[in-house]
Amino acid sequence: MTTAPTTPPDSRSRRRGEAAIELLIWLAGVSAIAIVALIFFFLLREGINTFLDIPLRQLFGVRWYPIEDQFGLMPLLVGTFLVTIGAVVIAVPLGVVAAIYLGEIAPLWLREILKPLIEILAGIPSIVLGFLGWVALAPIIQNLGAPTGLTAFTGSLLLAYMSLPTIISISEDALYAVPKEYRDGSLAIGATQWQTIWRVVLPAARSGLVIAVMLGIGRVIGETMAVLMVTGNAANIPNFGLSMFFSPVRTMTATIAAEMGEVAQGSLHYSVLFGIGLILFLITFTVNWLATRLVGVEGARRQRGGRL
Amino acid sequence: MSRQRSQRLAVALITAVAVLVFVPVIAIIGYLIVSGIGALNWEFLTAMPRNGMKEGGIMPAIVGTLILTMGTALVSMPVSLLAAIYLAEYARDNRLTRTIRMAIVNLAGIPSIVYGLFGLGAFVLAAGFGTSIIAGSLTLGIMTMPVVISTAEEAINSVPQQFRTVSLSLGASKWQTIRHQVLPHALPGILTGMILGLSRAAGETAPILFTVAAFYVPTLPSSIFDQTMALPYHLYVISTQVPGMPLTIQYGTALVLLLITLTLTLLATGVRTTMRRRRDW
Repeated sequence: MTTAPTTPPDSRSRRRGEAAIELLIWLAGVSAIAIVALIFFFLLREGINTFLDIPLRQLFGVRWYPIEDQFGLMPLLVGTFLVTIGAVVIAVPLGVVAAIYLGEIAPLWLREILKPLIEILAGIPSIVLGFLGWVALAPIIQNLGAPTGLTAFTGSLLLAYMSLPTIISISEDALYAVPKEYRDGSLAIGATQWQTIWRVVLPAARSGLVIAVMLGIGRVIGETMAVLMVTGNAANIPNFGLSMFFSPVRTMTATIAAEMGEVAQGSLHYSVLFGIGLILFLITFTVNWLATRLVGVEGARRQRGGRL
Repeated sequence: MSRQRSQRLAVALITAVAVLVFVPVIAIIGYLIVSGIGALNWEFLTAMPRNGMKEGGIMPAIVGTLILTMGTALVSMPVSLLAAIYLAEYARDNRLTRTIRMAIVNLAGIPSIVYGLFGLGAFVLAAGFGTSIIAGSLTLGIMTMPVVISTAEEAINSVPQQFRTVSLSLGASKWQTIRHQVLPHALPGILTGMILGLSRAAGETAPILFTVAAFYVPTLPSSIFDQTMALPYHLYVISTQVPGMPLTIQYGTALVLLLITLTLTLLATGVRTTMRRRRDW
């Protein structure tokens, strides 16, 4: 314990100093709201022309040719959708099952080794994973028979691993929150460990697992650099079918990153890139809002921020 | 299928999936170390790039990343700490508090490229800073706030209530109690959050693309209104934008960036583990 305060308790200047500090503390707390509002304001200010100057029919059209002033967002929406679906299909089973392994099966000593590994994975910059995808993973995928290694699937694979830390740690929290009595009761009436996990623990942890999936999706939709490097950057809609996932695509985030450097400030193209940012902001806002509604803000905060 | 057999099968499958998750992590780290270690030498770390960045070192990018990380700390840490104190010690359970928490959860979910757009609109253009270290630091600083606030608040909440009660009963004011009793005990947890936030900032590319990062500048920045090179953007540039770049330089750059962020991550988890062992309540 540190030493007790020595200032006399009734000095007036001290009280004034404290009032100032407490005002600062209040301001800092409220600043979070101000920042969200400012982000929304600046995206709207720079991007509003997208929605004023381009007819909706064209905006959701299928041609993205900025040089000819064709700003159809459909190819980018489809690109983001394909990459996200692929990543979710890979990451959700892997993440939830890995959390089951950590929480229910792994011996304590192994858990102590594996949990830091998840933090290490979370600590790898996305550009480094993108680089590895570009130099190492894409050639492998091409050798498997795709016309090019730079495909939606390549992006999904990278994004799946990037979202694993989020999905695993939230799922693990959800499993951990299931009371031990549930497991004991199930085992006591003769169920095997697997029956207990499948019939008792997983259903009880259901809502937490849904949050894990949602926040994982939020993470995937917003990722930029890795998808920019490995998805092939083709802003067109691949033909419908399973082969879609093995075609080059272009996501919304990658479009902003790739094109913002070349546009003239104030041009329509510039506004549209901000407009895409606004759409992304609204999508992630909705995902987080829904997740918050499901567990309450306290739960979402704990599950999201505290553990990276 | 008997119950015992399905039990064995399920455990085997779950274990196999765990292998699929954890082995690639080790493989990624190992592969980068093996491929990049050859490039690391004194010249690579301390020399300017030469011959269109195809020779020489990556010193300005390393320095730029360190400067930006410090700038991020200066922007993010004071505000985040105060906000965490507000939420943990002052906030009542009312609409304002719920809105603040909601805002923080949302900030944590905003894509990094959107922070980049915000930085461009707000700091580069509206505030008139231009593409500069200060614009980049502000952008990265705001981006790291949610992580730092959440971990700091958790650390403050984990200080036992009796510590506050005793301090207040001895006549200390609320702020004196926070300053002398709560914060010292919450410090390791607060530090963990701050270092994790910085490790994330150091590796980010999207928020600095339009706010500070330079393709190539032959000198080190001399003021906070200068552009600077930075490792994540440099890695992007040399791997995709410059044809004929030697692979060793690319792997070396990726490894240096990875080592910086991993050092910060491990430092953070180290602080947390030591704290948990030493905790005397």
